[in-house]
Amino acid sequence: MLNVKEIRKDFPMCVKQDAGNGKVYLDNAATTFKPYSVIEAVTRYYTDESVNIHRGDYDLSYQVSDEYEQTRKTVARFLNCEEREVIFTSGASASLNLFAYGWAQKFLKKGDVILSSEAEHASNILPLMKAAELTGATIEYIPLTEEGELTIEAFKGAMHDKVKLVSIAHISNVLGFVHPIKELTKITHEYGAIISVDGAQSVPHIKTDVKDWDIDFLSFSAHKMLGPTGVGVLFGKYALLDQMDAFMLGGGNNARFDICGNIQLKNPPFKFEAGTPAIEAVLGLKAAILYLEKVGMDEIEAYEHELKTYAVSQLKDLKNVILYNPHAGTGIITFNVEGIFAQDTAIYLNSKGLMVRAGNHCAKILVEVIKTSETVRASVSFYNTKEEVDRLVDALRTITLEQCIDLSIM
Amino acid sequence: MSDYLKDPQIHREIIMDHYQHPRNHHLSDDKTYHKAHMASESCIDDLTVMMKIDKGLISDVCFDGVGCTISTASTSILTDLIKGKTLEEAKSIINSYYAMIDLKELNEDLLQEAVAFQNVGKQANRIKCATIGFKAIEQMIKEEETHD
Repeated sequence: MLNVKEIRKDFPMCVKQDAGNGKVYLDNAATTFKPYSVIEAVTRYYTDESVNIHRGDYDLSYQVSDEYEQTRKTVARFLNCEEREVIFTSGASASLNLFAYGWAQKFLKKGDVILSSEAEHASNILPLMKAAELTGATIEYIPLTEEGELTIEAFKGAMHDKVKLVSIAHISNVLGFVHPIKELTKITHEYGAIISVDGAQSVPHIKTDVKDWDIDFLSFSAHKMLGPTGVGVLFGKYALLDQMDAFMLGGGNNARFDICGNIQLKNPPFKFEAGTPAIEAVLGLKAAILYLEKVGMDEIEAYEHELKTYAVSQLKDLKNVILYNPHAGTGIITFNVEGIFAQDTAIYLNSKGLMVRAGNHCAKILVEVIKTSETVRASVSFYNTKEEVDRLVDALRTITLEQCIDLSIM
Repeated sequence: MSDYLKDPQIHREIIMDHYQHPRNHHLSDDKTYHKAHMASESCIDDLTVMMKIDKGLISDVCFDGVGCTISTASTSILTDLIKGKTLEEAKSIINSYYAMIDLKELNEDLLQEAVAFQNVGKQANRIKCATIGFKAIEQMIKEEETHD
């Protein structure tokens, strides 16, 4: 059992809330708060070691380069992969785009099929749509259940010999279902296809094991897992990374080049990391992972699901609240209030100090599945408390359309 | 201008009414209608407004789509206001509405029920919602005028 009260002392944003600023943060699927250890790692770079990496001629650069590579080692341990399979990017969107450009655009051809789902985030599906347009491949969508879940049976039914790439989120950012990645991967490989997993919502909340799951690619962002903005990771199996094209060329990714245009790139992961990266953010990512490991990923998953279950048990008694994903196993609660537009609900909750997100959550084609275009999403993290969930439930118990309107016109 | 339009409670009731029972809430298949699709980048409103112009007169106007209370109600009120008006009259209603949203002046005679939005300008994040339908009409009037 987590000691949430103690955990909250590690997060300056939580400390301010507990000192009485009246705010409750329930938009953790968008980004998370940062613990002091992450903030210190970032500022230490700027105050004590503010030099570039991979310039080993002086001690300080050697030291920072070493710390930078230590992060790669930490990420590899966290994912259970090799260090050389960890590429630093600017975030999950950059990782997914790098994969779509470097692998999908290079290897897919006319007649090939990309299999995906209607619950995908724009950052996953749009780069694939572009790859399909350029290669002549087509995208097919695995039918989801009425609640928006992707089942093994539906996946088996959608899979066929022309599928060369399966690309899905491990956890949907709208509905929070955990998809059975290990089984999906096994089936994918039986058909000789590869699987790219959008881990933006899963890596921060459940234990990741790319080796056990046998997945081919995984994309995620640091900022959704206590780390800084501006850094993310693309994991890829080394043999696949070796064949894949770099999205960017430039400083740091080539071994040599000459005036005739002969370019020899470095080996992965460095061939994908042209230009000076967000060094401080990478160092911050290491501190974030160390923090998550200290708390324990299994404990985080269990507690966040407990909080969500608690919220659902309270909310389902409210006659005015429509819940879209009561059975999803993570900390995402997707709902609407009867007769009130999602954005108006979110603005009302804001007036009560509650921060939630309204909209289609970048998954614009999911509309067809859950039959509503806009929802409110409350997403918990392990530093949230039951009292905070109570604040949400209380606010929703008393919400009226009149109050929502008054907030905008008074 | 009757006094009842000064009461905040009345403002709320006007907006509730137009949100729950929006006027002219449908689209037309008639190809001679002007059409403006408004999908704001910063919020989730996604409205289509259509307008038929006969010899400088707005003979019909309608809208449909997904919108919050403020965007739906303000667009509904606007369709009521400009139906049967000339383009010049519609333009002065729209300009007068913008002046109200900017918290500059309030022309109750021109704006009628739209005075319900007289304080929306204080909430910067709702201004887009309160003007989305007006921008659509403005765009279509401009289209008609450049076409002529």
